[in-house]
This record gives sequence, C-alpha cells and structure tokens, in this order.
Amino acid sequence: MQKLREFKLPNFFNYPPYFTLQPVRDTREKQIQLWKELIIDYCKTQKIFVIGIEDEFPLFTNTVIERSLTHEAREAFLSALVSEGRAEWMDKGRRKCLIFWHRIQDWADILLQFAKDNGLEDGVVTIEEIRFGTESQGTELQGIDRTILNRALKLLEQKGKLVVFKGTSTDDEGIKFSV
Amino acid sequence: MTGNSLPAVKLTDSGRPVLLPNEIECFFLSGVDLLSEDEPNTWFPHLKSGLLILTTHRLLWLPEAAVAASSSSVAVPLASISHIFPHKKSLKSVFASPRVRFQVSPSPERGVASSGSRSVVATVVVRGKGDCDAFVSKFWENWRGRAWEESESATSSSSNAAARAASTSSSGIYSSDGTVRMVGVSGILRKEQEMWESTDKSLQDAFQDLNALMSKAKEMVMLAEKMRQKLLSGSSSQMNATNDEEMGSKEEMQELLLSVGIISPVTKESAGALYHQQLSRQLADFVKVPLERAGGIINLIDIYCLFNRARGTELISPDDLLQACSLWEKFDVPIVLRKFDSGVMVIQNKSHSDEEVFTKIKVLVMKPDALRAGISPSDAAMTLGVAPAMAKEHLLSAESKGILCRDVSPDGFRFYINLFPEIDRDDMYLVKDQGIYSSWVGAIPAHG
Repeated sequence: MQKLREFKLPNFFNYPPYFTLQPVRDTREKQIQLWKELIIDYCKTQKIFVIGIEDEFPLFTNTVIERSLTHEAREAFLSALVSEGRAEWMDKGRRKCLIFWHRIQDWADILLQFAKDNGLEDGVVTIEEIRFGTESQGTELQGIDRTILNRALKLLEQKGKLVVFKGTSTDDEGIKFSV
Repeated sequence: MTGNSLPAVKLTDSGRPVLLPNEIECFFLSGVDLLSEDEPNTWFPHLKSGLLILTTHRLLWLPEAAVAASSSSVAVPLASISHIFPHKKSLKSVFASPRVRFQVSPSPERGVASSGSRSVVATVVVRGKGDCDAFVSKFWENWRGRAWEESESATSSSSNAAARAASTSSSGIYSSDGTVRMVGVSGILRKEQEMWESTDKSLQDAFQDLNALMSKAKEMVMLAEKMRQKLLSGSSSQMNATNDEEMGSKEEMQELLLSVGIISPVTKESAGALYHQQLSRQLADFVKVPLERAGGIINLIDIYCLFNRARGTELISPDDLLQACSLWEKFDVPIVLRKFDSGVMVIQNKSHSDEEVFTKIKVLVMKPDALRAGISPSDAAMTLGVAPAMAKEHLLSAESKGILCRDVSPDGFRFYINLFPEIDRDDMYLVKDQGIYSSWVGAIPAHG
C-alpha cells in the first residue's frame, strides 16, 4: 500500500460500484475503460511490468471503502488490455499478465534514443548494462522487464538496427548497435 | 340505425355487457345477425355480424367492431319473447347458415318498441361457428326459467324502489356506470338471523357431496349477493342507530360478500370458443380496484388469487389467466401485462409510467446518504410505496436504463447513481464544477 500513497488516485476510486463488474453493457464499457487507463497509469509511474491476478496488486483493493475486485473482474479488465495489445497473458492459465505501458515499437525507439544519447551508435552493450547500468539510471529503461526488452531487441534486429549475440550465460548476452 | 326500438346495453370499459342483478351469461355465439324477415317490418332493427350472448334474463347483441360497440349494442328481454319456434331441420338448412326464430311482442315498459307496434318474428342467423342446437336448448331453458320475474318482484317490493332504481339496474361487482361499486353500511342483523336459518338447509345440502356442492355453488353466490343487497338497502335509514362495533362487523361482512362477488363468471361451458376473449374482458373489469389499491402495479400471482376467489367456483388455471392477460393487447383496455427482465410478471395501468418511478428513484439516490452508501431495495420500497420485491424490479430496470449501477459486497446488494458516464475518459482526475459527479465528490468523506 505504500506505493499507492505516492500515486494520486482519481476520485472515483472510492466509488463502490467501480469495484463491482457492472452487468449493463454501456456502463460496463465505461467502467472497463476507466480501469484500463488507471492500470496503465499506475504501472507506468510505479514501473510495474507484471501483474499477478491473485497477487495483492494495490489497485485491486480499496481499504478505505472496503471493496476488492473479484477474480472475474480482474480478468475482465486485464483481458480488455490484452485485446488492445497493451498487455499479454504470460501463461495459459491467465495467472500473470505482462503490461506494456509502452508498446514494443515505442520501447524500440527508446532503446535507439538510449544508444544515441550514450554514443553507442556502433558500440556494444550488454543486456545487464541496459537494465541496471549507470547509463540507464533515471531513464525508463532502468529495470525493464526481460521479456519486453527481448521483444524490442528482436524488432530492432529484424530492422537491421542491431545484432544480438549470445554469451556463455544469459548474463553475458550483449548487443551491437548499427544505427 | 337501431332507433329506440330495442333497449340499449351498457358496456364496461373493456367491452363487457353490464348485467342486471342476478343475471348470468349462459351462452356465447359469434358471427351472428339479428334481424326480422317479416314484411313489412316496422320496428325491429337489422343487425349484422355481432356477438350474441344469451343470459338468464336477456338476449344481448354486441357488434364485433369494438369502436361502435358502446352505441349500438342492444338487448331483447326474454320477457318480451312470446314464442320460440322449434329449430327446423330441412335439407335446405344443411347448406344455409342455421337460423333460430322467435316472436317478439312489443312491451314499451321494457323498452321494446312503442305501444301500438305489432309483434314480429325475429331471426338469429348464425354465420360463425357455434353449437346452434345447444344454443336453442339453452334458449328454451332460460326463457322457460323466467328468472327475470324473481328480480322484478324483488325490485318492486323494495321499500324505496324509486330511489334505488338506478343503482339496482346493475349487477354484481359492477354498478350502473361500469365501475366497481362501493358499498355502505347497514343494520339488519335481525334479518340476517332469519336468512342464516334458511341458508343452513342449503349449506347442509351443499356439503353432502362434491357434485352437490358444484350444483349449489351458483345459488350460494346468488345468496351472498342477495344478502349484500339487503345489507345495502338498510344502510341509509338505520345508519345513525348502529353503534361502532356493529358497523365494524357489518363492514367485515360486506367485504366477505363482495369478494365472493362475480355473479356471472365467464366459463368455458358458456363462452366456448370465445372463452378467453370474454374472460380477458371480465378480468380487465375486475382488476381495476385491486390495481388502484396497489398503486398502479400488481403482481400477476396476487391477481390470480383475488380473481379466483371472486369467482368462487369455476376456477381458472394459471394458463387461462396468462392467455386472458395477453389478449388485452387486442382490446382497448387501460391495463397491460408486463414482464420484467427477471421474469416476474405484473399487471399495470397503461398510465403507469416508468419515467415517474425513475424520477422518484433519481431523487432518492441523490440524497447525501444515498450518494455515500447507496440504496437497498427496501429503501426504495419505502419511498415508492411498493413491496421490496417490486422495488427491486424497478431498481433493476433503472439500472438497465443506465440510471443506476450496482455495488455487490459482503454488506449486500446496493444501488448507486450511475457516475460512469460523468467521468472524463481522457482526464480521470477531472471533476466538473457542476453535475452529479461533483455532488458525489462533495458528499463522500474527504480522506488523505
């Protein structure tokens, strides 16, 4: 809950029907819309990449009004994100959901910008450095989810902007930009 | 067209004939012409294709087109019929529409023709389907039964006959203008005692076996009606003499007798193919009072119980009730059958508007307490003055209209004003200065 306090919640977060999946179509559509925006906003500011559906995700429970989303509601809201390409189920059982608060294309652009900012247009960098190195500190790349990073790298590789080469272990994986 | 040569028949709002005291409908035939083939015919009207109803007192003819019904329905009092000709069976009659002939004598005191007219032979031409032979035998039976003589003597012996002439020209649950009669209070306990003694015998007969009960049932209903009339007749004169306690018991008595009430229940036997149609009209007339009492909307199950109780015998099945209700669409009646999304069926006034209910709900749900904690069906029930189950139906339909939305929690099932449409999807933090969203924000407790 500590994280929730830093995040400014909209007023309707204390509106009890917000936590009940609405049966009427128009109402439900608007409700889902508001949940999608809130989830994305929250993940972006808190740098959250994965939501476990049964985990104690701070947004899914409001202790002030004592309301909590049902499993069905959680799944409905996350599925809505998935169908828009802004999230992806990580397993068939839909227990974990990967949130793309930037689309893969946008992440790829951020990577290129990172290369330019650090003079790496033709340089080499390890994946470890991108995620936890000093260069990425303070940028959105800091702590990026491995799966999302791989997707963005693959996209850039297909475009010929870089080459990924494997090391002896996963930690050693590196990339060579050729922007 | 009909002139004044035959007495007119008053119809109820739903198009059922208003019957005389103790008059019972016995047979229905549709697609019937009523005319006289006499030449020259000086006064008998020529009526084409209508509904013929045989009662214990009269032969009623109602036009099939509902629009014209109130103006051109007529009756031939059985008392004015001097002869019924036997139904002739010839080779010719196999091909032609069946005809029944009878002689009508003018009797101005009953509203038939004017004095000086000569009697005519009237013909009933049955063009529609219908058991003509059964009709004829029933016609004979009723004509010979002379049921009208009983009520005529009763009317004339009534002490204040002149004053009551208007009100006694109606029957059963109906008064002369077709509305259900409100009754006064009377003081004739003494007469009641006498009557119970004579009733005792018929009661004992009635309970001997079930068949006997069925055959006595009609008499019992008539007895109840007679007693009610007696109670009525003494009401004005002895009102001041009766004390409160007596009045209470009288009122109760009246209630009991009234709820037995329907003197001439439409039955499959009497109405045949027209059963559901006639039942539907009778039901429409009956429903008015309980509907008003229930605030314009009433559960179908409640009506089923009330209606069958009023019929006393000749109970109808739930299926028949449903069919009768669904026929209302075809008639010009002020009530409709309505099915809620949940499957609950109700009868409601056409004038009953959901908008009105929704407005009330909106006001209720915008109160500060309701903004904060929502409302339950029982809260709505108190405001709307209906049963909680019915209130819930109203809330659910308000929800489906997007007025409300629900909150399901361990605390229960509650409804709130629907704020979702008020929230800006591009700026979740925006609260406009005006509108229900800002009212809601103002009503909830501030928190850090």
